[in-house]
Amino acid sequence: MSTQQTQNLTLVQAVRDGLHTEMQRDEDVIVLGEDVGKNGGVFRATEGLYDEFGGDRVVDTPLAESGIVGTAVGMAAYGLKPVPEIQFSGFMYPAFDQIVSHAARLRTRSRGRYTCPMVIRAPYGGGIRAPEHHSESKEAFYAHEAGLKVVIPSTPYDTKGLLISAIRDPDPVVFLEPKLIYRAFRGDVPEGEYTVPIGEAEVRREGTDVSVFVYGAMTPRTLEAAENLTEEGIDCEVVDLRTVSPLDRDAIVDSFKKTGRACVVHEAPRSGGMAGEITATIQERALYYQEAPVVRVTGYDVPYPLYALEDYYLPSVARIEDGIREAAEFR
Amino acid sequence: MSVLQRDPRDRVQVLDEDGSVVGEVPDVDDETLLSIYREMKLARHFDTRAVSLQRQGRMGTYPPLSGQEGAQVASAHALDEEDWLFPSYREHGALHVRGFPLDRILLYWMGTEQGNEAPPDVNTFPVAVPIATQTLHAVGAAWASKLKAGEEAFIVYFGDGGTSEGDTHEAMNFAGVFDTPTVFFCNNNQWAISVPRERQTRSETIAQKANAYGFQGVQVDGMDPLAVYQVTRAAVEKAKADDSGELRPTLIEAVQYRFGAHTTADDPTVYRDSDEVEKWKRKDPIPRLETFLRDTGRLDDDRVDEIESEVQETVADAIQTAESTPRPDPDEMFEHVFAERTPDLDAQYESFAALREEFGDDAFLHR
Repeated sequence: MSTQQTQNLTLVQAVRDGLHTEMQRDEDVIVLGEDVGKNGGVFRATEGLYDEFGGDRVVDTPLAESGIVGTAVGMAAYGLKPVPEIQFSGFMYPAFDQIVSHAARLRTRSRGRYTCPMVIRAPYGGGIRAPEHHSESKEAFYAHEAGLKVVIPSTPYDTKGLLISAIRDPDPVVFLEPKLIYRAFRGDVPEGEYTVPIGEAEVRREGTDVSVFVYGAMTPRTLEAAENLTEEGIDCEVVDLRTVSPLDRDAIVDSFKKTGRACVVHEAPRSGGMAGEITATIQERALYYQEAPVVRVTGYDVPYPLYALEDYYLPSVARIEDGIREAAEFR
Repeated sequence: MSVLQRDPRDRVQVLDEDGSVVGEVPDVDDETLLSIYREMKLARHFDTRAVSLQRQGRMGTYPPLSGQEGAQVASAHALDEEDWLFPSYREHGALHVRGFPLDRILLYWMGTEQGNEAPPDVNTFPVAVPIATQTLHAVGAAWASKLKAGEEAFIVYFGDGGTSEGDTHEAMNFAGVFDTPTVFFCNNNQWAISVPRERQTRSETIAQKANAYGFQGVQVDGMDPLAVYQVTRAAVEKAKADDSGELRPTLIEAVQYRFGAHTTADDPTVYRDSDEVEKWKRKDPIPRLETFLRDTGRLDDDRVDEIESEVQETVADAIQTAESTPRPDPDEMFEHVFAERTPDLDAQYESFAALREEFGDDAFLHR
């Protein structure tokens, strides 16, 4: 592996590279969904896979989300490793019953006789001027469900490594891809196979004043905010959670013990969101280190607005800076 | 001509209500015929006892099957050893034919998850309580089998109410598009709890819905075990023959009646006339097959008595086994959630175990 070559890829190209790598390695891996075949996916995440692996392994299905995930449950139980794609996370609701009632519970219900190793991929989140129902960020639904793992990468390197881990995971994984940053930048991605462990956060920037917890599409703008704040003498530690379920609580607590102050950033609505879970972890495990209330910078508790207003909904660099400042300056 | 190639309104029947032969008797050996009879008797007795256990507070809510023995038992008998079965929550008879132990069925309704675990050599899925979701699992598994060059058929059971659910249509659509070896078996028992079949669909038959998906649909007298065996066997054989010139899936509508309540929590007298129930009871599949077996010299009083006492003993044993099975260890809640416990789950388990250790199980039991 030491001689491994790297490529400079966008995040969505890393998705494609991850799928390609696993499909080459394991012939039980099968991709299915709407437009994933000849068209290569509406975001080109499956581009070229149909030509290489054929229509039996890269399957254009009828337009039916419950059908896609429900048949994948049966496939997984029989011994394949299906990777169903839902075109946008906002279209996952017709499949919700299959995800939570069956995929998540099959191992428990059958006492291990049947398992459901599948990866449900979907682009999630806003900021790309998409139509209604195309911009939702509902990771908390899935994180709330026992039996599911929920992964949200923020770099091309992590995307490929986490996707490979997800495909090899013996349990169902909801893999949400931040489409706002699908093509926003490139990063070095090793050729061939490597994994990034599910359930481990990554410190993106070390700092001593405030811990900022973030994941997915909000990560680059949080890093930008952290850089800007150095001018004001605020030194942020930015922790990219990478997996929202299971949460890397040790990483959260370790960072918080260092700084005593926290700001959580996500684009999902605030109430019942992951920020509440992160805040509770800090309360439970690091109360005596706490020097300020935990600040949440999130989407609002409103239906995701049509795109004329989405900039007002999504946490911006300025809003993130303001939230971090609030945590830093509390006395 | 295959029994499947007919107008969906042309209901297949072999025995009339009196057990007289009115159609073509399928090619079934005596052993199978007697086994169908025995398993129907067993299912009926099991059902009676299960309802009674619930009434005595020895079991939770239970969905009775009486009236549906012919459809369940004969269709399951039409499968080959390697085939897969995807039940709804009422398929106790079909599951048992496939080798799923009666005591586990009881355990499930007694609230113990281990009752859902199929023995390793039994290809049956856990029961599905949400309506019709299992239709997609059957299509997915059938599709996977086809991709892996397997040679099994996959039968999935659902009710007339289940045909109103989107999943049933997505499942039949996928099955047609991908030509999967799936047998859709609709137990049309006339009522989805209190809502009649006429309020589920305005189609004249359920069988004709198959036309919309490009494969064959056939209506059968679901209380005629010989007719059910005949159509199901034809559907299973077609599912496995990719050169038949027909699409592999089949939709079977088995017209029948649930004699009792939807579940023990339901009171059907609120929505059904007793005349209606009496009318359908005259079609009872058990005496019909018994008459046929007696008329053809396959069964006599002695054998009937023998079967009766065998059945009673088997069910009594199953109840005894289920009731003497220790309640599950509470630790089991934390097993089988994932292949390996996550750190969060581990922490919750440790705290659970510590509480049990310190205060005993009384700390959890609210009385």
